[in-house]
Amino acid sequence: MHVMEGFLPGPWWQIWFAISLPVIIYGIYKLNELIKDKRDLLPLLAVAGAYIFILSSLKLPSVTGSCSHPTGTGLAAILFGPAISAVLGLIVLLYQALFLAHGGLTTLGANVFSMGIAGPVIAFIIYKACTKAGLNFYIAVFLACALGDLATYVVTSIELALAFPAQIGGVLTSFKAFATIFALTQVPLAIIEGAITVLIFKYVIQVKSDVLIKLNVLSETGLRKIKEMTT
Amino acid sequence: MKLEIIVAVIILVFTAQFLYMSSTTDSEYGGADGEAEGVIDELTGGTYEPIADPIWEPPSGEIESLLFSLQAAIGALVIGYFFGYYKGKKQPM
Repeated sequence: MHVMEGFLPGPWWQIWFAISLPVIIYGIYKLNELIKDKRDLLPLLAVAGAYIFILSSLKLPSVTGSCSHPTGTGLAAILFGPAISAVLGLIVLLYQALFLAHGGLTTLGANVFSMGIAGPVIAFIIYKACTKAGLNFYIAVFLACALGDLATYVVTSIELALAFPAQIGGVLTSFKAFATIFALTQVPLAIIEGAITVLIFKYVIQVKSDVLIKLNVLSETGLRKIKEMTT
Repeated sequence: MKLEIIVAVIILVFTAQFLYMSSTTDSEYGGADGEAEGVIDELTGGTYEPIADPIWEPPSGEIESLLFSLQAAIGALVIGYFFGYYKGKKQPM
């Protein structure tokens, strides 16, 4: 999903920086709050960050005959909300921009927006909507993470389409061209990401279920129901 | 165990699909990021010059996969450590 270094002409790279920066600042503020008030949750924060590290390093082959990687941001989004996910995403994107020439510093704003903000926001909204609708917890996690992952790639396509409108047909035509590459390739990978994140949540519930109540991910009755279901 | 089996089946289907596709088509399995560059070339008629270059690039594919594996290894280490820590804390030896 990386927009490569130098591949967003002005004013687009500045625009995406301007949009992402306030979210990052708010995310750092929220992160500080978390570090001060809920120190016992720090290991879980590390796990969420590490999960993004792993998943975004795995470039998987897809049905379209090209490779792409999952994002892993759904876990952080459900646990800590989109703002903190944006900061975690920024760390990973910086690593890849500096050491791997994947993405870049000028396109960092756009990449943070697609992977760190848009994906987590969609995942968060879908998770909350699904739990409100009374859907099974694991199905809610699956949908949130899979669709959040997909959203990242749709947004990347939009970012590129806006910067490179086709001469005939404009933004819509180029969006289709970019989405064919990014979004279509991503569909099976999004399903895998959703499935694996479900497993991670299962293990979090097994070893440290109280944090999910503390983070308002699950209600106490919701948690009890899941535990009854699995035992 | 039910969830693990479902996830395993999804990964198996995915792997089988890949094995089948890679032996019946001559897809290159290049990165989607790079393919986007091709589309940009097409849309602009090859006139677009990147406004910046990466400040450092891995000198070879080997170094690149080294750094990618490092990224995954760091992640796996942290996750394994804390899950083990929580589990160990819950069931004292």
